[in-house]
Amino acid sequence: MEPFSRLTSVAAPLVRANVDTDAIIPSREIRSVSKTGLADGLFAGWRYTEIGGRTPDPAFVLNDPAYAGAQILLGGENFGCGSSREHAAWALAEYGFRAIVAPSFNPIFFNNCVRNGIVPVVLAAERVAVLAAAVAEDPQGRRVTVSLEDMRIAGPDGEPTPFELGDEQREMLRHGLDAIDLTLRWRDEIAAFRQADRSRRPWIYLTAPSPTSRSEVA
Amino acid sequence: MSGPQTLFDRIWRTHLVRALPEDVGLVLIDRVLLHERTGGVALKSLQAAGRPVMAPAQTFCTMDHVVDTFPGRTDKTVMPTGTSFITQTRDAAREAGITLFDIGDEGQGIVHVISPEHALVLPGATLVCPDSHTCTQGAMGALAWGIGSTEAEHALATGTLRIARPRTMRITVANRLAPGVTAKDLALAVVAKISASGARDHVVEYAGEGVEALSVEERLTLCNMATEIAAFTAIVAPDDKVFEYLEGRAYAPKGEAWDLALAEWRGLRSDPDAVFDREVTIDAAEISPMVTWGVSPQQGAPIGSAVPDYDAVADRDSREAYDRALGYMDLTPGQPLEGLPIGAAFIGSCTNSRISDLRRAAALLKGRRVAAGVKAICVPGSTRVKHQAEAEGLDRVFLDAGFEWRESGCSMCFFAGGESFGERQRVVSSTNRNFESRQGPQTRSHLASPETVAASAIRGAIADPRKLAPEPV
Ligand code: SF4
Repeated sequence: MEPFSRLTSVAAPLVRANVDTDAIIPSREIRSVSKTGLADGLFAGWRYTEIGGRTPDPAFVLNDPAYAGAQILLGGENFGCGSSREHAAWALAEYGFRAIVAPSFNPIFFNNCVRNGIVPVVLAAERVAVLAAAVAEDPQGRRVTVSLEDMRIAGPDGEPTPFELGDEQREMLRHGLDAIDLTLRWRDEIAAFRQADRSRRPWIYLTAPSPTSRSEVA
Repeated sequence: MSGPQTLFDRIWRTHLVRALPEDVGLVLIDRVLLHERTGGVALKSLQAAGRPVMAPAQTFCTMDHVVDTFPGRTDKTVMPTGTSFITQTRDAAREAGITLFDIGDEGQGIVHVISPEHALVLPGATLVCPDSHTCTQGAMGALAWGIGSTEAEHALATGTLRIARPRTMRITVANRLAPGVTAKDLALAVVAKISASGARDHVVEYAGEGVEALSVEERLTLCNMATEIAAFTAIVAPDDKVFEYLEGRAYAPKGEAWDLALAEWRGLRSDPDAVFDREVTIDAAEISPMVTWGVSPQQGAPIGSAVPDYDAVADRDSREAYDRALGYMDLTPGQPLEGLPIGAAFIGSCTNSRISDLRRAAALLKGRRVAAGVKAICVPGSTRVKHQAEAEGLDRVFLDAGFEWRESGCSMCFFAGGESFGERQRVVSSTNRNFESRQGPQTRSHLASPETVAASAIRGAIADPRKLAPEPV
């Protein structure tokens, strides 16, 4: 995953409450055994004029040229609720979002963001509203900065506002680590544990497939 | 902390690589099982990240969810994009160097059926699979639980998982099931009693005379439905029945390793004075054949009863959920369950598709015919089960009765996007989930034992298998 320290970008406002994961990526847009190929289906129900179609609906924020290149999304309460599908975070990341700013998040979605290199910024609803209003005047010119160095988010005007993340979450995002990387820091400890376990429970450790079996099932 | 221990405590202890803050453990994983619906994506994404599988010899994959089950099947599927799941999973499995039980292999089948069959799962082992019914395998005395796709990647890459330590709950099954009452009826009675969320975050140990009396295959049926009470998983202390079942199977330890393993497995039980966070008792002798009437597995009742009034279920169903269930199922309060006309009957799934299930259903079907207008399907849980059944002539019994006889797989236990029973079709099914549209858009599922499915198929309506006269010759 790409490390994240500080990002200044166009911010797109989608400040609606309860944007659920099915709205972020509808089931019908999940077509294959993959975490990719999802960006086109992101917000498909709102982004296109008809179901399954690809004609952009000009009324949707991501189709507005003023917000082109947005890597920050401003959202509403309970962002990412609904099904636990990780495809929602995969689709947002593939589209290019690196930070989502909302008053509250669904906890599973929040973790999925962290795992996939998206910074979930919890910010009071009034502050999100102020930010959205401020960027709307000139989205390309009035950009938003999210920083994991000093844990602050700054709009085009006003004081930078602090936000919070768990230590491990911050570390994962800053260094572009995922949970696997974090665990692999204990690689030697795991190897030693397995080594000791192998002498205690040798039958667990298969070497090669050995399909010499009884033929009946009962 | 060396006071009395539960079976779960013992397994947790042997596998705890590192204790992390907030009661999270970094736990050693002994077996990872995958299937083409969720396993392929985990393997592919691991490969994209350049990460090898840490223990490929302990990782197994099967084709069960998306594959068709029609005789003579190929990689082609009724599900529109199904073939890509099959071919991509196959490629990824080969690249990863793991064992694949592919279409056409003798070892292929539903993951939770083939795992005990090949002794992939062993007592005292930790086993994970990106599939919620992995709890089935706890019947073998293993700590086996379902995980998500990203967690599967973690297990594959590191040989471990980070998990919040679950709490413990013992469900003691007192007395034995009456004749004609099955492990499936017990499982449905447990869900009705505990509720669909009643065991959340708990490891459930099934114990007591009623469990000891069950065969290994019956215990697999019982543990299968632990996810329907939201349990972390279920487990049964392994005994001689389990050891006899496993001995000699493909991946079971052999020779000296077997003796060593057996000595350790005999200690896999909860101490008599072990303390559980919760204790529940259920009397097996009071259970009769069960059938569900709603759209949650907790909405079940004895077959001789009627659709309950709201008051009888108000402690767990909201008014809205109750009304919605009855509307969806097209039922009214007080309507008897027996005699409800059906359009389809399904025997299969990781709950009830093992050889003993097929034998018991066939015993009822022998010399009888499925009622006119009922679509009846039997899908053996594994290719081995299918071949064994054919060797015993059970396929003829099913076919002569008017059942379809399929290749092994999940089939219409769930709707993969292809084959379906059809809108508003009422199905009596030996599966584990009666959710709305689970078996196809707008299908109405009634969960029951294979015996009840067989008896209902014959009658063309929900029927009590105990009332069928002995086999007409
Ligand atoms: S048989 Fe049904 S419940 Fe079992 S693994 Fe397959 S789809 Fe899931």
